[in-house]
Parts: sequence; structure tokens; C-alpha cells
Amino acid sequence: MTATAAPRTKRQKKQAQGPYGIVGSTVEALDERLGIAKGGRTFMDKIFPDHWSFMLGEIALYSFVVLLLTGVFLTLYFVPSQHLMKVPMNFPYKPLRGDTVSEAFYSTVNMSFNVRCGLLMRQMHHWACDIFVGAIVVHMARVFFTGAFRKPREANWLVGSTLLILAITNGFLGYSLPDDLVSGTGLRIADSIMLSVPVLGSYISFFAFGGTFPGDIVIARFFIIHVLLVPGIILALVGAHLGLLVRQKHTQFPGKGRTEGNVVGSPMFPVFIFKTQGFLFMTLGVTALLGALAQINPVWQFGQYYAAQISYAVQPDWYMGFLDGLLRIFPAWQWNAWGHTIPLEVTIPAVIFPGIVFNIAMAWPWIEQKFTKDKEIHHLLDRPRDVPHRTAFGVAFFSLLAILFIASSTDVLANFFHVSLNTVLIIMRVLTFAVPIIAYPVAYFICVELQAGGSIMGKRKIANVVTRTEEGEYVATPSAPRPGDAHVELDATPVPTFIVEGPAPESDEAELVDAEVDEGVRTASR
Amino acid sequence: MTSHHEPADITTVTADAPQMQPLAKDVVSMERWIGLLFLLGIAFFAGFGVAYWQDGTFWLYGTLLGAGLVAMGAGFIAWGKYLLPRGPFVEERHTLASTEQERSAFSAALMERGAGEIKRRSVLGTLLGGSLGVFSIVALFPLVRSLGPLPGDALAKTNWKKGMNLVDINGRKIHVDDITVGGFATVFPEGLQNTDEGQAIDQTFLIRIDSADFTTMKGREGWAPHGYVAYSKLCTHLGCPVGLYEQQLEALVCPCHQSMFNVRKGAIPTFGPAPRPLPQLPLSVDSDGHLIASAGYNEPVGPGYWERP
Ligand code: HEM
Ligand code: FES
Repeated sequence: MTATAAPRTKRQKKQAQGPYGIVGSTVEALDERLGIAKGGRTFMDKIFPDHWSFMLGEIALYSFVVLLLTGVFLTLYFVPSQHLMKVPMNFPYKPLRGDTVSEAFYSTVNMSFNVRCGLLMRQMHHWACDIFVGAIVVHMARVFFTGAFRKPREANWLVGSTLLILAITNGFLGYSLPDDLVSGTGLRIADSIMLSVPVLGSYISFFAFGGTFPGDIVIARFFIIHVLLVPGIILALVGAHLGLLVRQKHTQFPGKGRTEGNVVGSPMFPVFIFKTQGFLFMTLGVTALLGALAQINPVWQFGQYYAAQISYAVQPDWYMGFLDGLLRIFPAWQWNAWGHTIPLEVTIPAVIFPGIVFNIAMAWPWIEQKFTKDKEIHHLLDRPRDVPHRTAFGVAFFSLLAILFIASSTDVLANFFHVSLNTVLIIMRVLTFAVPIIAYPVAYFICVELQAGGSIMGKRKIANVVTRTEEGEYVATPSAPRPGDAHVELDATPVPTFIVEGPAPESDEAELVDAEVDEGVRTASR
Repeated sequence: MTSHHEPADITTVTADAPQMQPLAKDVVSMERWIGLLFLLGIAFFAGFGVAYWQDGTFWLYGTLLGAGLVAMGAGFIAWGKYLLPRGPFVEERHTLASTEQERSAFSAALMERGAGEIKRRSVLGTLLGGSLGVFSIVALFPLVRSLGPLPGDALAKTNWKKGMNLVDINGRKIHVDDITVGGFATVFPEGLQNTDEGQAIDQTFLIRIDSADFTTMKGREGWAPHGYVAYSKLCTHLGCPVGLYEQQLEALVCPCHQSMFNVRKGAIPTFGPAPRPLPQLPLSVDSDGHLIASAGYNEPVGPGYWERP
């Protein structure tokens, strides 16, 4: 082939494109215009630590993807209107035929019965919401207990806690949309909580509902906030969250070859991409299975919301449980003087308490800095046991929320254990104080004990076989080496740009380390 | 120190470096397993297509779709974990902070070009601040004030007035002989039983606790003719309808947080977080023997709020 001859056959064309074919020529074209090659490769080489706990944020992200996908489907059928209409006489669900219901309620039930995949999408949406909030909380707990929020990552901790608040808010807004008896009762409670705010309460309530509760506009308003405003903000904040993550790079647990000055793990491309795409499909799949097999929010059984009716099974979504629990067990204290009332029995548990909880959560990086006076930059994570005060505080904090969550089912507990409601109430009140107060020292003590056990980080556990001798003595002997025991972690190598056959120029780094088993690793746990 | 956005050095690694090997011990059988997972994915997705086409049931759609996605996802993860280079790989972490010199240059630029300018022209600066302030206040008018009417005394009032008939949800008047002792009904002011206001604000719980006239507390003599007592149905805790009547205890129970109200004693709360009794509606009987309100409620119904006396 001469230099001037235009490529004719397919083969010639391929050769003219160089060794990387169409990819090479696309990269060339883009790089000439945008300069993508350097930055693109840095991005591809970004290292993701291989620890399982780094997956929790991904679950949150992917359940948000499920929410977006299924939510868009729901908007195609949902009618955000409190206008009343008659259910047609040929409606598949017989008990509703001829009833007067709102268009919001009708369209929700209608998409559940008359739209193929409609009920599946609704249930997936609701399950994804519950998983979303749950994954955020667990992800946040991992960041908390390992100290990943420390300098320089305080801003991302703030972004993350804001995301939690927005997720909970949007969950509540969505829950209110179908205009059924349970969600309507939730709205009534939300209205009363607004009213409980001193001085401004009645204005907040009137401006939210466009007048007295329930009015005829709240669903239309909640709808647009639920499908556009909050998801838009969440999307932007998720972008900021991940942007900060890429800029500051991941934290990592200490371990072999891991320092404050590097990150060890798998590269973005292709290892992480493969795994994370897999997790995306898994999350989608698990929500689809839940949506198919586990009923959630069957609004047709609750019926249309009428303000004068009440369902016995008033239950908020799980992430609202701790508020409901505190509302139940809080004493009936109202403040009443000078012609004014402050319903403290509502204001404290439903406004002040969550305010304190979320403020402590958001301010935690600075609260901790006050105590530790630690202004250093940290990229290596703590093991929870090595920071016993923080761990103990976290355990106490979560145990308080857990007790309040349990308190949201006082009536169920009373029925189940056949004791009076009053007994349950007193027990829950005592536990609310006792459990966190006991949890703190217990968690602290366990941390200190675990520290004494020494570090086995990054090393394989070996079983101890405990045998009883004839004299009745117990002896622990380490078990024989198992097949994987010789697998000691390799030294990390930079992500290769070029992979060559045969010995590479400086391949001395890429040596397998001696496969020896550290004696200190032997533990009784198996 | 290199700045963070410079790419990592161009590195070369041999294909037989241990980090480049897959984690799988038996690569061929791992490939088979992953292939099988993808095949399952194809089969389940095809099954979903057929089910949709044939108008199956929703749980079938979801199960097939979910199973296909889980199989495909598992295959993808296994490929990434067991067949791709096992690593570990490392990247350097460079300090994000700039040099002292760059930092002060940036601060200087901010101060001298921006803040310095505003300081020099301080009158203009003040005026600019003022107009931004006024703007942010007036911007609240359309954003907030237009959202709804001012509350006024709307929360303190109900539609009950002297002489109004008590009707049930179907608009039927209640005759003194309609309900036996121990019976109850939810009632509304006549004509308002199907309105939002009637249901959300005026809803009232009527119980017959005796056959003779009854007094729930001092000062309420004659409010409960023929043993009919009427209380606002709005819980004084958070406004749930107090919809359960526990006949043995003669208590109204709120299903939301289990507040209980003693119907014989002016509905004072006996248990739970509700801080106030349910307001009582004074009743009388008109010439045909139907129950009517002999006055409206003399206090605001429902949950507490700032302006409530
Ligand atoms: C932050 C993420 C979101 C959360 C936590 C969330 C949560 C919820 C919940 C719990 C429901 C009640 C579902 C039920 O059981 O009926 C709901 C309903 C709804 N959501 Fe979302 N959602 C989110 C995002 C979205 C998005 C992005 C859209 C649309 C673009 C959307 C559209 C809808 C619609 C139309 C309904 C009412 C239909 C129905 O209730 O079946 N959602 N949402
Ligand atoms: S609303 Fe009645 S007890 Fe809470």
C-alpha cells in the first residue's frame, strides 16, 4: 500500500485507523478538540478500595436510580388532583365500584389494576424508597464509625446528611400522594406538627395547605415537589457528593502497603465498572423481586381519605417510626399562658427533637474536632474499636433511635405481651433513657477489650480447635492450614497503561510476597 | 509535588505479573458459570417479554424481570471479581493544597480586585447591600405569602351554631330514640356532612351513655339530654379522628397514639399524650325530638397552636 492510495478494502481501512481501530480514531478526534486523553486516563485509573463497606453508598445510589425510573412511569398515570369522581361500575376491584373518591386515589388504584406492570412499578417505587433511606443510613453509619468524615471530608459529610433529610422528606411527600386513608392521616398529623411551631405555626400550616386542612391543593403541590423539586436537588447533590469523592479520592482502611499517600484497590476501568454495573442490576433485580412478591401499601384496602374516618392500622414508613414513637411516649405537657398555647407534647418530640438529632448529625465533624483538637488530614480510616468514645457515642445514639422506633408500636407490644398499654408506656420511657446510658459504657468497654486483642487487619483468620483432654482440661490448638491460608495479599502495583508479554522493564514491584502465615493471626473465631 | 490532575505515570506491567492474574483458580469453569448466569438472564428476560405479551399477572412480570436482572448482575460482578486482574493496584494521592505563594496570590486577587473595590466605594457598597436585602424580603411575598390565606381566627371556629341539627354522614337527622344506651355515631352540622370543613373540623362523636339527662362536669348542666353526649372528634394531640369507643371503659380512644378520654367526665384525657379534654358540644332536643346543638363549641377544637388561648 502506498502512502497516497486511499484505503479500499475493509482490511486496509482497519489498518489505516491504527492499532486501536475506531476507538483510537474517536479518542484522537475528541482529544484534538477537548483534550480528553490525559484526564480520561486519570479517571479510568481511579482506584476504588475493595472493602465491602464501600458498597453501601452504591446501594443508595442505585435505589435512587430505581426511584427515578419507576417514578417516571408512575407520573404517566398518576393524576395529582383531589377532585372527586365516581369509580366506574366495571372497575376490577369490586368493593370500590360506585364509590366517590379523589382522582389521585382513583388513578393510583387504577394503575394498580388496569395498567400492565403498573402495580409492579408502584410497589418497586415504594420498596426502592425504603431501601434508599435504609442504605443512606447504613452508609452514613459506616462513614461515622470509621471516621471517614474527618478533615478533609467534612463538606461531603454535610452533603450526605442533607441527602438523608431530602430522602426522608421526599419519601413522606410521595407517601402522601395516593390520598388514601393512611396517608391522609399522616398529612393530618403533619399539619398538626406544623401548627405546634410557636408563633409561626398557623401560618406555616395555612401556607402549606392553602387554607385550613385538608383543602384541595395539597396533593398538587406535594406532587410537583415530589417529582421535580426534591429529586432535582437530590440529583445535584449526588453529583456534588461524587465530585468531591473523585477530587479527594477514597479513604481506605490501613493495611499492607496502604499509606496516607496512596489508595489501594481496583481501578475504575474495567474492574470497578464491571462490579458496580453488576450491583446496579442486582439492586434493580432485588427491588423488582420485592415489588413482585412482597405487597406494600395496598391503598385500595385502606380506601379514600375522608377526614372523619380513621384506619386502625395507622403506620408511617419505617424512617418516620422514631418520631411516631417519641410522640407516643412523650408526656402530655402543654404550655399555656398569656393567651397563648405551646403544645410542648408535640413541639418537643416532633420539631425540637428531630432538629437536635439532625443538627448533631450534621455538626458531628466539628463536634468531634472540639474534643480531639485534631486538625490533621486523614485518609486512612479508623477501626471503630480504636476510637472507643466515638464508637460508644454512635452506639448510644443509634440505640436511642432504635428504642424510639420500637416505641412506635406500643399498642402492638401491649397486645403481643398481654400487658397493659400503661406498662408498655412506662417501660419504653425508662428504656429511652436507660438503653443509651448503658449502651455507651458497654460499647466503650467492648472496644477497649477488642483493642487488647491486637490487630489482625488484612490477615486471614485461623480457626482454633478446642478439645477436652481426658483430665477435663480444655486445650486450644490452631487448625491445620486450610487451602486458602497461603494466600497473602500481594503488593499493590500501579494500574498498567500498557500490558506487555514477557519480563517488563521494572517489574520488581510485582513480586509475590512470601506466603507465610503470621502467628499472631490465630484467633478463636471462625 | 505534582498537582492532582496530572495523569499517573505511564506504566508497563507484564501480562504474567501476579496482580494481572484472575482471582479464579479454575478460569474455564468460572467462565462457564458466568456464561450460565448470562444465559439465565436472557431466558428470564425473554420470559418477561412473553408474560407481558400474554398478559400474565404482575407478580410474574416482576419475578421474571427481577430474576433476570439478578442473574445478569451476578454474572457481571463475578466477571469483575474473578476474571479481571485481581490486583491490588495503587494510585498515588497528591496533596490538593497549593503552595503558600499561590494561595496568597489568590487571596490577593479576591481582596484587591473585589472586596477592595467595594471598600473603596463604600456608599455604593452599602446601597447594593440594601437593594439585595430589600429584594430578598419582597421576593418572599409571592413565594410565601401567596401560598394561602392568613389564618385569622379560622382555627378557633367551627360551623356549629345554636339550633343546628346533628346529622350522620348520610345526612339523616338523629332522633332521641335512634340510639340505645351504649350506642354512638359520628355527626356533622346539617348540610355540611359531605364537605371538607364539615368532615375535617366539625366532626363530632355522639354517644348515648345514659337514658336520663346527664351532666359531665360542673357548669355543663343540661348539655347531655337523654344521656346523649357529644364531643369534638378531633384528638387534642395531633388531630386524628378519635374513632374508637371502648364501651367497657366508657372511653374514647385515639388510634394514632392511644390517648384515652373519659366520656362521663367531660372527656378529660386519662391516658396518652393528649393534653386537653375533647371540647364538648352542648345539645338539646327540638320539638320533633331531633338532637340539635344548643350552642357552638366554646373553645377551639383539635390540636394546640400558638394563638389558642
Ligand atoms: C427521592 C426519591 C423518591 C422517593 C424517596 C420517593 C418515594 C415515594 C413513595 C414512598 C411513594 C408512595 C408510593 C405508593 O405506595 O403508592 C411515591 C409515590 C409517587 N412517586 Fe415517588 N419517590 C421518589 C422520587 C420520585 C420521582 C423522581 C418521581 C417522578 C419523576 C416520582 C413519582 C411518583 C409518583 C407519580 C407517585 C404517586 C403514584 C403512586 O403513589 O403510586 N417519585 N414516591
Ligand atoms: S393524635 Fe390522638 S393520640 Fe395522637
